[in-house]
Formats: sequence, C-alpha cells, structure tokens
Amino acid sequence: MKWRTIFSSKTMGDDEEVKVFGMWASPYSRRVELALKLKGIPYEYIEEDLSNKSALLIKHNPVHQKIPVLVHNGKSIPESLVILEYIDETWRNNPILLSQDPYDRAMARFWAKFIDEKILSTTRKVSFTTGKEQEHAIEEVTEQLKLLENEVKGKAYFGGEGIGYVDIVANFLVFWFGNLQEALGINIFSQHKFPFIFEWIQKQLKIDMVDESRIPKDKHLTYIRTRLAAFKSASK
Amino acid sequence: MEDEVVLLDFWPSSFAMRVKIALGEKGIKYKCKQEDLFNKSPLLLEMNPIHKKIPVLIHNGKPISESLIILQYIDQVWNHKSPLLPSDPYQRSQALFWADYIDKKIYGIGRRVWMGKEDQEEAKEELMQCLKTLDRELGDKLYFGGQNIGVVDVALVPFTTWFYSYETCGNFSIEEGCPKLVAWAKRCKENYQSVSEALPHPLQINEYVMELKKRLGLV
Repeated sequence: MKWRTIFSSKTMGDDEEVKVFGMWASPYSRRVELALKLKGIPYEYIEEDLSNKSALLIKHNPVHQKIPVLVHNGKSIPESLVILEYIDETWRNNPILLSQDPYDRAMARFWAKFIDEKILSTTRKVSFTTGKEQEHAIEEVTEQLKLLENEVKGKAYFGGEGIGYVDIVANFLVFWFGNLQEALGINIFSQHKFPFIFEWIQKQLKIDMVDESRIPKDKHLTYIRTRLAAFKSASK
Repeated sequence: MEDEVVLLDFWPSSFAMRVKIALGEKGIKYKCKQEDLFNKSPLLLEMNPIHKKIPVLIHNGKPISESLIILQYIDQVWNHKSPLLPSDPYQRSQALFWADYIDKKIYGIGRRVWMGKEDQEEAKEELMQCLKTLDRELGDKLYFGGQNIGVVDVALVPFTTWFYSYETCGNFSIEEGCPKLVAWAKRCKENYQSVSEALPHPLQINEYVMELKKRLGLV
C-alpha cells in the first residue's frame, strides 16, 4: 500500500515540486529526508513497497529501480549520496552540508563512501550470514566502526561547526544500527566500545529534525525479524 | 609557491588512468610514482592507510584517494580549463550518477570475466548488459559529456583498454553488442592526447592479465 505525506514547514513555492520515493526502514531513504527537513524544504513523500515496486519508481529510476529517488520539478535524481550533493547545491540556505574547501569536500566524500561501501555493506553480511562467516563479518565491521570512531574523536560533528554531509550519511548509527543489532541479538556497538560515536549520537539527538526522523523502534524490530526469518527459510 | 602534485600509480589500473587523463586535460605537471601492489611502499601505506590502494593524489603533501573523489577535487581546484563536471546541479547529478554506475559495475564484473572461473558466462552477460546500458546512454552524442569529454567519459574510457582482455578471456565480441561505445572509445583516443597518453595499449594490458592469472594460479 502506498501513501503520501506532505511535509512543509514553509509554504511551497508555486514552481517548486519536490518528491521523495522512499522506504521507511531504509537508512539511505532516511538520510535524504533528513537533509530536506534540515534545509526546511517541503516535499511529498511516497512510500514504496519494495516487493511490489510502483511504475512511477521504475520510471524515475529505470537503471537501478531502487529507492531513494528525489524528483525535483519532474527531474529524477537517484542514489542517496548524489541526491545529498544535489540538495546542497540547489538549496543554498543553512545548514550548508559540504564545505567549499576542495580538500574538506574530498574528505567528506571519502567518509561517506567508506560508510556506504564498507560499514553498511559489511553490516548486510552480518545480517545475512551465520556461524564463522557472521563472526568474521562482525570482526570486520567492528574494525570499520573503529576507524569512524577515530574520525569523530574530539569533534562535535564529523565536519565543520554544525551538522553536515557526513553526519547525515552517518545518521544510520543514531537509530537504525542499534535496532538492527538488537533484532540480531548481537552487541557490536556500545557506548563502552565507541564512546566518541555515542557522544556524537547524543549531540545529534539534540537536533530537532534528527530526533523527529526517529524510526519507530517496535515496528523496525518486527520488520527486521520478519525479513531475517524469510531469508533463513528461503536459503534452506 | 608552485604546486607539488604526486600521483601514486599502477600502470594497468583503470582507476589511476582516470586521474592521469584529468591531470592531462588540466595541463597539470605531476610526478608519477609506480607502486608494486604486491609490495606496497611506505608512502602509499602512509597516504592511504585505510584502503592501501592506488590511485592516490598527493597535492602539496595532502593525500586524496578514491578516483572519482580525486576527479572532483582536480576539477574544483584547477577550474581554469577543461571542466569535467557541468555547472548545473541537475546535469552534475546525472553525470555523477553515471560515474557511480560505472564504478559499481565495470571493474567487478570485468574481473569475473577475465578470471575465467565458474561464473564467467554469467559475468559476460552482465558485462554486456552494462555496456549496452551505457551505449544507450551515450546515444548519438559525441561524448557522454556532450561536445567535450566529461567525468563520465574519463570514468569509463580506461576500461576500454581492458576490452581486448575481456574478449580474449571470455571468447566474445564487445564491438558486436556495443558498436557506438567502441566508436566513442576510438574518438576519445584520437581527439584527446590526455586519453591516448594515459591508456596503455590493449596488448600490454592483456600481457599483464596473463601474467596475473599465472600468478593467481588461474592458468
């Protein structure tokens, strides 16, 4: 079932039409919504059923057929990291997500890529493997998280004076990751092991829009458990 | 003060070739350091401690790694000529989408083709699908960037020097399935010195692939 919600903290301009095709449990989808909310950009949200993708989603992202997709005045932009940069370049109000300095931009892009291609990718392995394979994936993601811990050490945010691009990409650590490990019954990520990331999380939670983008926990736990059960029975 | 630009390179790497093309296009003088990937230098390990991979661009002592990130850095710092990315945010997002697509697909699938293991047939089909998608995206344009090469051209053209190796290892023809793409690759090499200088000859790449396969015990 698909539903639409209009978020607006400001009146939408006559010629501005912003839509997000997303999925409530996807960290990639959540980061796009967070960026729009932080910038105060009103948008229409379309929830996708990933087991039954809409014709509109396929039209707007024919190559990957994935969420999230941003559609701005009819023009489609897929891939969450590409979308974040597009949002920052199109709406130049605060918060500015990426620094103007070329080196700082390169570093921010590096960490965003690290989060997506390493941490989130290994997290998928942790979720969908068992035994020795899972143990190995847990070790791997722990090492990757330590690198991120080192990066945020001594900083209020990953970059700059306020919430920015990497903080938004790392948003999966604020709600999503904790829910996942609870559903899996593992304990990779704790304040004891990652004090600086946990400190960063506390600061993130003080930001209204971050707190507002909280994934409903019980719904999320049920969703993860259902998916894992389906995966286990399919692989027998 | 003159800029000091160093590239940590590995000559068969398509990712490193991208950076050489970009530096060439912008007319930037740089020092090229060859790395032995089976025996990585202390400099590489210091400049890219997390991934320990090439290419790494070192600009006045500061390292930047990941080839597409390096391309965007080069484009922003040396913005006096040969823009790699469009100035319009939407056009830029489309270019970055396709560069990301190339990153996600070509290297990994291509590797499965030349390695020639049990999944080779599947990999060949996947490769052709991707190249056909790119062929369609190019359409009747001279280059992905329009009238001039842009980031998508720079991201993809190095892999074309690996086509001969894919074809030989997989026993199939890429030109048959993607004539426009093959013509585009030729056009890039003929019209852009930065491209022809950065890309080794396909036979050299093939020799390297054969040696690598021996080393990995695949032949």
